[in-house]
Amino acid sequence: MMIMDDLSVNNLLGIKYLNTDDLKLIFKTADNFKEVINRKIKKVPSLRDITIANLFFENSTRTKLSFELAQKRLSADVLNFSSSGSSISKGETLIDTVNNILSMKVDMIVMRHPSPGASVFLSKNIDSCIINAGDGTHEHPTQALLDAYSLQEKIGYLENKNILIVGDIMHSRVALSNIFAYQKLGANVTVCGPKSLIPNYISSLNVKVEIDFKKALNNSDAVNMLRIQNERMSETYFPSIREYVQQYGLTKDILDSIDRKIIVMHPGPINRGVEITSEVADSEQAIILDQVENGVAIRMAVMYLLASKLK
Amino acid sequence: MKPKKILGSNEIEIILNRLSYQLIEDFNSFEETVLIGIQPRGANLAKKISGLIDFLNPDNNLKLGFLDITFFRDDFRRSKKVLNASSTQLEFSVENKTVVLVDDVLFTGRSVNAALNAIQSFGRPKAIKLLILIDRRFSRELPIQPDYCGLQVDSRLNQKVIVNCKKYDVYDSVYLINDDNG
Repeated sequence: MMIMDDLSVNNLLGIKYLNTDDLKLIFKTADNFKEVINRKIKKVPSLRDITIANLFFENSTRTKLSFELAQKRLSADVLNFSSSGSSISKGETLIDTVNNILSMKVDMIVMRHPSPGASVFLSKNIDSCIINAGDGTHEHPTQALLDAYSLQEKIGYLENKNILIVGDIMHSRVALSNIFAYQKLGANVTVCGPKSLIPNYISSLNVKVEIDFKKALNNSDAVNMLRIQNERMSETYFPSIREYVQQYGLTKDILDSIDRKIIVMHPGPINRGVEITSEVADSEQAIILDQVENGVAIRMAVMYLLASKLK
Repeated sequence: MKPKKILGSNEIEIILNRLSYQLIEDFNSFEETVLIGIQPRGANLAKKISGLIDFLNPDNNLKLGFLDITFFRDDFRRSKKVLNASSTQLEFSVENKTVVLVDDVLFTGRSVNAALNAIQSFGRPKAIKLLILIDRRFSRELPIQPDYCGLQVDSRLNQKVIVNCKKYDVYDSVYLINDDNG
């Protein structure tokens, strides 16, 4: 299989902007980094002359740690910024904040921001390499990359595979990035959840909608369980958590009742007992911790490939 | 200048046999010695030599591995070409072992330098030796010399040495060509 040797983009703003060859190149490079991070000495010197700023205008544990670890494994210099206790509260604009940071000779920006489109906006206004680490309800490209990579590792090429995304599709950036990534790799995507949490435009993405959870599971090779994003909800979208759990919670009984063994994924953080029971989350079918491990390799691959395009 | 054939398949076969005998002479049963090919082309050569050693001296404990040096190269972001990695396959520790690094052509010495750095991630070898098929002497940028050398070639900087290899174990020829880009 021929794989391109260069990304088609200079920033990673969303999966929407990548082509299938980009995904394959990132996965192939991640294979190499996965081998590196399983060595006794897990560090390579590739980015030793690169400085990366992690700008987190929104809370994060996993993504932030994963990016930071990936940067350190690549020998990059790392600056960490979080909005609490910063000049953001003094009224500074996003562009000013970032330009100030870039004046300190920073080469690459990893940004998480609560506003959808924040990283696209930034890329149009500043001259630097930007990686979107989640922008509001829009995209979370590295999560989708690591999800697709982890799944491919388990079940092989995703072409014609059926992948189900369950839960709060409306408020989830993971859902949108996942849909783009799986489709670019040739998979069929179905979303499932309460009608109130499935956005109206979803059919324009060529995605199937299924309200009946068990029926949807029966036709799937893998399921990605999403969390209810309470922090992004200004109103009530379903009667009660209890009712949501009854209809859309993934339990061992449901998994056992379907005739195929499907892979269970979760981007974290898990709300045990809500969208997924502990029994399922800790079962053999779940690849949740593989996803976390692969996250470091995928982020190393993305930063390595983007850094190679820096002038 | 037309491409100049430096070696044909028979000559390469003789050279590789000689190098294999030299290794057998120095390391006997290869109890404490490992052969590591530098990806991508040194890996082929290492496979070939390991096969020859198995043939010439069947009773050996030679371990073979492949080392990718991409992430240790010093020309990342400095060359026009994007550096894409190959796989590293080292199923053993190099701690206290004598490592024989294998590559097809030794030119500036920078690849070997990267390999010397990369190998440290897998332990502290007792010693590292270098086996090379073609040594382009007079073009070194670092103080690196081979311990086992197939053939020394005098070449200009704008020339290229091409080692043609049909399958991994069938070496065809070695050519010296003028590289218009270089």
